[in-house]
Amino acid sequence: MKAAPFEYVRPGTLAEASAALGRDGITTAAIAGGQSLLPMLNLRVAFIDLLVDISRLEELRAVTETPDGLHIGALTTHAAIEDGKVPDLFGGLLRRVAGQISYRAVRNHGTIGGSVALADPAADWPGCLMALGASVRIAGRDGVRSEPVSEFVRDAYTTSLATGEIILGFDLPRPDAPLRWGFAKVARKSGAFASSIAFVVARGKGGPVSVVLTAAASRAHSCSQTAEQLEQGAGSDEALRRAIASDLLTFAQDADSYQQRLHTATILRAIREWRAQ
Amino acid sequence: MTDVTIDLNGAKVSHAVEPRQTLADFLRELCGLTATHLGCEHGACGACTVLVDAQATRSCLQLAVMCDGRSVQTLEGLRNDPVMDVLKRHFHECHALQCGFCTPGMLITARDILRRLVKPEAQTVRHELSGQICRCTGYAGIVDAIVAAGQELA
Repeated sequence: MKAAPFEYVRPGTLAEASAALGRDGITTAAIAGGQSLLPMLNLRVAFIDLLVDISRLEELRAVTETPDGLHIGALTTHAAIEDGKVPDLFGGLLRRVAGQISYRAVRNHGTIGGSVALADPAADWPGCLMALGASVRIAGRDGVRSEPVSEFVRDAYTTSLATGEIILGFDLPRPDAPLRWGFAKVARKSGAFASSIAFVVARGKGGPVSVVLTAAASRAHSCSQTAEQLEQGAGSDEALRRAIASDLLTFAQDADSYQQRLHTATILRAIREWRAQ
Repeated sequence: MTDVTIDLNGAKVSHAVEPRQTLADFLRELCGLTATHLGCEHGACGACTVLVDAQATRSCLQLAVMCDGRSVQTLEGLRNDPVMDVLKRHFHECHALQCGFCTPGMLITARDILRRLVKPEAQTVRHELSGQICRCTGYAGIVDAIVAAGQELA
């Protein structure tokens, strides 16, 4: 299929882009890598009047390491992260996640900002950034604001992004001890959106643990009871399974028995990988 | 209509396009370069893979207007490419194509794999090829050809 007609602009500055996206009375969309938006336009499940090309805005490109952590510009591609072009403060987690998104030709263009802005329930980055305690930095007509990714993503394909706002990038706090992590992902077909993704992240041994499950509900969720079990060092599989089951009851009540087993398995796999580090 | 200029296979090419026109349609319909095949038009099959600024790219998921000022290489532009020569020979020897529809995307992707990975093993090649669909060969010949080309080029 071909996309329905739309107008196109490529603003030279962030302010112009913001103004174009905020134009009254029309449907606008920002495009960066376009690897999700263009299929949606080609399949005519999304319709827009004006496409605003933000792919050449330098402000969205910065990758900077500071004493506080890492800023990853919204236009950073999955392939750039996969290839280690972004400083690794997180024990290789970002590279591992990036390398398993879709296919290389898609990773060459798809961006971390686009992934979070779309907020697909099965997308890899929102859950990963949540597990790392990252914030999203957003430029709007009234200046710049920042919000934790866990609050920014509200629901399936729904974020707090207001009209005319553009994601500048993500601020990932530097871990105060070496990061240990586990990551498990199940997709029916290699490269497809996942059926279940689990992240387990902890700072050092005995530090706070974060467990995040993606693709189980309309957005990624923290599994706080499972995390608590891990923080207490409680080891038995049985106790962990009970904690996972009660976590699933809080946000994935509709999961059928296959999905419950699937999510339990991905979380347990991620825990095993985390423990082995 | 918007004017677009692309460095296409080493020569500057300009056309006026509708914003919704994909790079794939730009190549096939306006430039007459029909090595780039269109299968699914939503990024799933990989037949339309070309190089944009030397990066493997689905040309159905790229608007021609967004490629303004960029460099694009199609299979036609890789006629004298030394890696492609080796790949084409092994594709021939390993019977890596049958109907040929997926072959342009397979070749461009194979070249990209060998550019990034030295002597990849069959398992790695299979994983890297997972975004390229072939409905004839069962993939075995394609994987064999890329592994063999990798060994020859190492």
